[in-house]
Amino acid sequence: MLATIGLQHYLILSALIFSLGVLCMATKRNAIGILIGVELVLNSANINLVGFSKYQTGKGDGQIFAVFVILLAAAEAALAIAIFMNFYNNVRTIDVDRGDELRG
Amino acid sequence: MIEDAAFYIFAGVSLFSAIAVVLSKNIVRAAVGLLGTLGGVACLYFLADANLLGVIQLIVYAGGTLILIVFGIMLTSQSPWVGFLPTKVQAIAASIVAVILTIGIVRLVTLVPWAQRNPDELSQSLTVKSIGDALLTTYLVPFEVASVLLLVVMIGAAYLARTEK
Repeated sequence: MLATIGLQHYLILSALIFSLGVLCMATKRNAIGILIGVELVLNSANINLVGFSKYQTGKGDGQIFAVFVILLAAAEAALAIAIFMNFYNNVRTIDVDRGDELRG
Repeated sequence: MIEDAAFYIFAGVSLFSAIAVVLSKNIVRAAVGLLGTLGGVACLYFLADANLLGVIQLIVYAGGTLILIVFGIMLTSQSPWVGFLPTKVQAIAASIVAVILTIGIVRLVTLVPWAQRNPDELSQSLTVKSIGDALLTTYLVPFEVASVLLLVVMIGAAYLARTEK
């Protein structure tokens, strides 16, 4: 198991963090907890990109992809927090199970 | 090999923090766990010759996004110790899905014979300068689209988060 680090180590770590992120998204009822799960999933994708960039292309295009992923994660977090504030203003809680009615 | 040991240490920190994120009942502790994961992954980037990406991860993710999340927690919490726990059925179903996902992906990853090359030969030319050059030549269109996207997000977030009069 403790072999020389290769591409597979990065991919397995990424798979584990991805599953933990999905688990976090599924089990948290706090909306911000779900956002944290999304961040974990995006990070696991970045680990994959960096691993492939190091062991397969070596040209840095994986790193550029990862920069865009980080940028999108920041944009997504900003919008999500704004939506959660609106949700909190309307429903007076951040529990996603309580947001089950549609209103104009 | 010191690099291998460092990989295991940083990977362990990231994984342990991610597990703490999932298991913590308090949302603030989950945010602190996310900080650990982000830091560990940033160290992995430094280890994988992605210096620029590691710095961006620390500044934008740990410094920006995480602060945003913590502010979101503070602005939406009713009392410090209110936690919303999932029902037993939800937790068990989610755990089963996560375990199946883990086993499936890990098996897939170990089955595929990935074409690997020696990273020492590959990453000679990989500097911050080369990445910046690539961003402004090959990847110029995504770069500009991303800047427009950031502007749209800024206006949209400011509009959404305003107080209604």
